[in-house]
Amino acid sequence: MNRREAISAVAWLMGGTLISADLLVSCTSRKLEVGDLFQQEQVALLNEVGDTILPATSTPGAKAANVGEFMAVMVRDCYAPEDQQIFVEGITKLNEASDNEFGKNFMELNPQQRTTLVRALDAEQQEQMRTKEEGAPNHYFRMIKELTLLGFFSSEVGATQALRFEAVPGRYDGCMPYKKGDRAWAVS
Amino acid sequence: MAENVYDAIVVGSGISGGWAAKELTEKGLKTLMLERGRNIEHVKDYVNATKAPWEFEHRGGRTQEMIENYPVLKRDYVLNERNLDYWVNEKESPYVEVKRFDWYRGYHVGGRSLTWGRQSYRLSDLDFEANAKDGIAVDWPIRYADLAPWYSHAERFAGISGSKENIPHLPDGEFLPPMDMNCVEKDVAARIKAHYNNNRHMIIGRVANLTQAHSNRTNCQYRNHCWLGCPFGAYFSTQSATLPAAMATGNLTLRPFSIVTRVLYDKDTKKARGVEVLDAETNQTYEYLAKVVFLNASALNSTWVLMNSATDVWPEGLGSSSGELGHNLMDHHFRTGANGTVEGYEDKYYYGRRPNGIYIPRYRNIGDDKRDYIRGFGYQGSAGREGWSREIAEMNVGGEFKDALTEPGQWTMGINGFGETLPYHENKISLDQNVKDKWGLPVLAIDAEIKENERKMRKDMSADAAEMLEMAGIKNVQTYDAGYGLGQGIHEMGTARMGRDPKTSVLNGNNQVWDALNVYVTDGACMTSAGNQNPSLTYMALTARAVDHAVNELKRQNI
Repeated sequence: MNRREAISAVAWLMGGTLISADLLVSCTSRKLEVGDLFQQEQVALLNEVGDTILPATSTPGAKAANVGEFMAVMVRDCYAPEDQQIFVEGITKLNEASDNEFGKNFMELNPQQRTTLVRALDAEQQEQMRTKEEGAPNHYFRMIKELTLLGFFSSEVGATQALRFEAVPGRYDGCMPYKKGDRAWAVS
Repeated sequence: MAENVYDAIVVGSGISGGWAAKELTEKGLKTLMLERGRNIEHVKDYVNATKAPWEFEHRGGRTQEMIENYPVLKRDYVLNERNLDYWVNEKESPYVEVKRFDWYRGYHVGGRSLTWGRQSYRLSDLDFEANAKDGIAVDWPIRYADLAPWYSHAERFAGISGSKENIPHLPDGEFLPPMDMNCVEKDVAARIKAHYNNNRHMIIGRVANLTQAHSNRTNCQYRNHCWLGCPFGAYFSTQSATLPAAMATGNLTLRPFSIVTRVLYDKDTKKARGVEVLDAETNQTYEYLAKVVFLNASALNSTWVLMNSATDVWPEGLGSSSGELGHNLMDHHFRTGANGTVEGYEDKYYYGRRPNGIYIPRYRNIGDDKRDYIRGFGYQGSAGREGWSREIAEMNVGGEFKDALTEPGQWTMGINGFGETLPYHENKISLDQNVKDKWGLPVLAIDAEIKENERKMRKDMSADAAEMLEMAGIKNVQTYDAGYGLGQGIHEMGTARMGRDPKTSVLNGNNQVWDALNVYVTDGACMTSAGNQNPSLTYMALTARAVDHAVNELKRQNI
């Protein structure tokens, strides 16, 4: 069993509310400011990449939850230095991939091109996750994707609009009807 | 009465200390409760209890700074942003791991009663007779009948929800209405019952959460944020239950920031006079005197106090004449089991976040069942629908992917074994005089490990879990063993065991230190064997029983 499974196994004990292990990423020292690691343009880029992963549909997308800022904070505070480096270099790699494919930076791509690029990067990270050795660092795009999901679904926008959020349920019903389309409960 | 003189002193304010204070004060004794850490006031100081997830900068995760500051806590889920304040500062209070030992401590008023798992089960004679039958360690000096009325007493006050099941080795108690299983759990429970001819059971967890209003406390609101402190007082803690009851008597004085460094032992009377306190803020030393002293500092710290006491008479400390003080350290080993996916039930969901799961009581080595190890294990687990962190094949990014994640995923179910560890004499704690804490006090060195019996049991814990889940129709069943470090169960037990003979035990059948009969130890330190059930309810019952004994003995002038 890998670490993710191990932690989700433990999550059963806690009532199953723990977020997945890969998302419980160990977040660097407080002394760093977000600005030391990321320029504002990079935060804006991360918001756009996040919004390509989770775009607005009938509900707002990841940019509305400012996942770019969230990613920057998490990488600054929770990532080990080696993972920070992969993440920061990843932003450059992402633009390089964009340049190779479309001859321009990610920010200059149209929505369809962004989706095409992000799909390709996701396939690349999935392939790497299948073949990498246990304990080897994750692909930068995996990091971006995980932080996007966590940042969005645990944000106020994501939890209350894309999901359903009940701060104080007040009761427990173990067997209520569900019909396709009903939103999932936000993890609280 | 002089300022520093009381009828009774309670060292520690966690689950058992709170109970000692409540029972002593309700019986009319002027009682001083000493807590080494800061105060946490009910509701007011639960600073994170009502925050939404997005109000946590790291959404509850852990920063590199936290990882650096908490080298022990980081080993498990317990290190998190939401309730970091409820865990000990590891740099101020280090300990020595001769072998790995995960010691997750809470140094503040309420102790780990604020963060406990709240699962509450009685032991039975299967447990109390086990050492005698197996011929290991020493026999418990009590039997279930001695403790049964005190379990009832503890349950009635604490408020334990659960179902009556007539399982002989998991005795029913005085329960509030049980929480519900969800639809998948109900069906799995029925299949287990049918398949194993009623020899295995899956029941709803018995949990110290109120399913209806109880005394002045509100019923559970199904937020599942218990370990942040409950603003509704809906789970049992010192703050929600025993402390207000003790305060209401007018007989309690609570003194935070009070590190008890030793029991003051009088050689002539062979009794304790009181305790010595080091003020954690001022470093001043004080003496507090009382007729009776209850040590409830948590298993290892109660023993630490004993080890530092009466060293002029016994170099190894009060209670060391038996040669057993500090020995027989136990925990519950866990983190192995199985999980899988559930087909169907797509039209079923649940409402509310139940702070509880299902429980499968022990069935191994009972009746005709004989394994290649002794004792047994139970399981805790639950079924639920997957959330947004699941992988969705063929849909890696984009609007469809996002919308799919806004719906619940398939049902999954998992169970995790909790196994008994045996009391091994060589599993021990001792004082390390070369390593000092922030206050210059010697720290504990912990030298303990699980052995062959536990390792063999773990194989069954995962294999049986898979077998039961598969039998119950769960698909894609996978076993796991996520590894276990002794102590990780946060059920430290032993090191000052009860027994029938002062030569082989530290405490007698009433939890009195053989060598100082007005000193009672009623936390996990007293355990003679571990059982496999979550132990806190047993500490509550033992504490109430011991207070009753102490007060009677005081009346008779026997102590």
